[in-house]
Amino acid sequence: MTQAPGGADVVAEGLTRRFGAVTAVDGVSLSVAPGETFGVLGPDGAGKTTLFRMLATLLVPDAGRARVLGLDPVADLWALRAQLGYMPGRFSLYPDLTVEENLAFFASVFGTTPAAQAHVIAPIWRQLEPFRRRRADALSGGMKQKLALCCALVHAPRLLVLDEPTTGVDAVSRGEFWELLGRLRGDGLTILVSTPYMDEARQCDRVALMQGGRLLQVDRPAAIEAAYPRPLVAVTGGDRLGLLAALRAHPHAASAWPFGESIHFTDTRPEVPAAQVAAELETWLAATGQAARCAPIAASIEDAFIWALGRAGAA
Amino acid sequence: MSEATPAAGHATAHAIEARGLTRRFGDFTAVDGLTFTVAPGEVFGFLGANGAGKTTAMRMLIGLLAPSAGDAWVAGHRVGPESEQIRARIGYMSQRFSLYDDLTVRENIRLYGGLYGLADAEIADRMGPVLERLGLAGHTRELVGRLPLGWKQQLAFSVALVHRPAVVFLDEPTGGVDPITRRRFWELIYETAAGGTAVLVTTHYLDEAEYCDRLSIMVDGRLAALGTPAAVKAEAGVASLDALFLRLTRPGSAA
Repeated sequence: MTQAPGGADVVAEGLTRRFGAVTAVDGVSLSVAPGETFGVLGPDGAGKTTLFRMLATLLVPDAGRARVLGLDPVADLWALRAQLGYMPGRFSLYPDLTVEENLAFFASVFGTTPAAQAHVIAPIWRQLEPFRRRRADALSGGMKQKLALCCALVHAPRLLVLDEPTTGVDAVSRGEFWELLGRLRGDGLTILVSTPYMDEARQCDRVALMQGGRLLQVDRPAAIEAAYPRPLVAVTGGDRLGLLAALRAHPHAASAWPFGESIHFTDTRPEVPAAQVAAELETWLAATGQAARCAPIAASIEDAFIWALGRAGAA
Repeated sequence: MSEATPAAGHATAHAIEARGLTRRFGDFTAVDGLTFTVAPGEVFGFLGANGAGKTTAMRMLIGLLAPSAGDAWVAGHRVGPESEQIRARIGYMSQRFSLYDDLTVRENIRLYGGLYGLADAEIADRMGPVLERLGLAGHTRELVGRLPLGWKQQLAFSVALVHRPAVVFLDEPTGGVDPITRRRFWELIYETAAGGTAVLVTTHYLDEAEYCDRLSIMVDGRLAALGTPAAVKAEAGVASLDALFLRLTRPGSAA
């Protein structure tokens, strides 16, 4: 039943699931290596939850197949569940039980106790312990997510499947959650995690960009960024709406989108160096009465996602 | 709750004005002496960690919760005694937008137009431009439940604007949508503000905070930062709003 050394912990081939007329997951293939943190990035409705539920034995695919930890999620569901920690997207704990009661309950489901697993949950428990007697529904959003992670981990699984663990949580708590995941990675745990936050991509070894039930791109975050296929320029200053309109009217504009303080302008000409595009653009804007600074920049995952959406025609 | 003398006809040029606005729940002070203003046509970012008091403050400003102390005026009316008048002059879009999934696009607009006190003829007049702007003209008979999330959000925003309010409150309007839809939504916000409506918006995306004319960051019920994005960063000596947010909220983020 165990897989060959060097084999993948998660393999999906053409995994498909329909709900009525909607194909939520449409022929998804991917592979996650042992110890890898693999992120699935995409908006609500992209199919992330359906994909994860199929891999976590909770939903039967309409087509395609999967092997998870060398097991078939349909045929071997009980054996697989014992080795897999799943954290659903919606808060799934008992709101009227305390922190330690929730943890003890989830441990008992898997025939263990929190004490027996102390070494596994130690880094998270350290943060939860001050609130051990607090009811789960009285925890802050960030602490609820940490408790859910702790409960998913309490039977010492080899694989964690985390469905949007940071959604609706503020930026600081998101950072803390990822720090915890970083410690678990150090222990060799394989982690499959989904998120709508593009900035979390860089925390993953590899990411898949997902939209409309399909994977648009799968690679290391740095490779996805480096593969951005057009010159990209950051434009700063002036009136944002005016600048946006001007940039979109530029004869070589592929796109212009606000990115925090600046606007990211993508040129249609792959062969022109970004520095040259920036210099031309600054002169051109000045001629139209818009004073703005233009500088070539490296693409972020969010730039890449927007590009991929445009190509997929999903935008 | 509030004593007499509601500064009759309080001559405020602000769309929102809060002075020492406070709300206590038992011995817990959720909102602690908020003082700030929002001008007509301004996009004001209302930031803070989970549990910082943003929702409580917003519920007071839209007239759903009475203040324990302090005062606020919204669209020229005093929060508390004039909550009814305020509700007619504001729009509100909640995180779980309040559209009816089992009504069509057209029916939702008619329903909300009616609830906001518009006559049938006014609703009919405004329906076309709203649908046109959203690119939904061909989908008027479609059930809202069948629309993609991004369209629903834009429709919920338009419905919150159908009575042409002076102020619109948006509570995490862009959660969960793709990066293009998120940006299109902000372009709708800009257009709305350019028409003179004040926009108060909460978000967990700090890049969106940069799109605001001014912003505030709430920590433990108080305003820990207030100003333009450039000014609050300069004041704190940090390069990014991420860094500022981290510095201000980490002490309170452990629980």
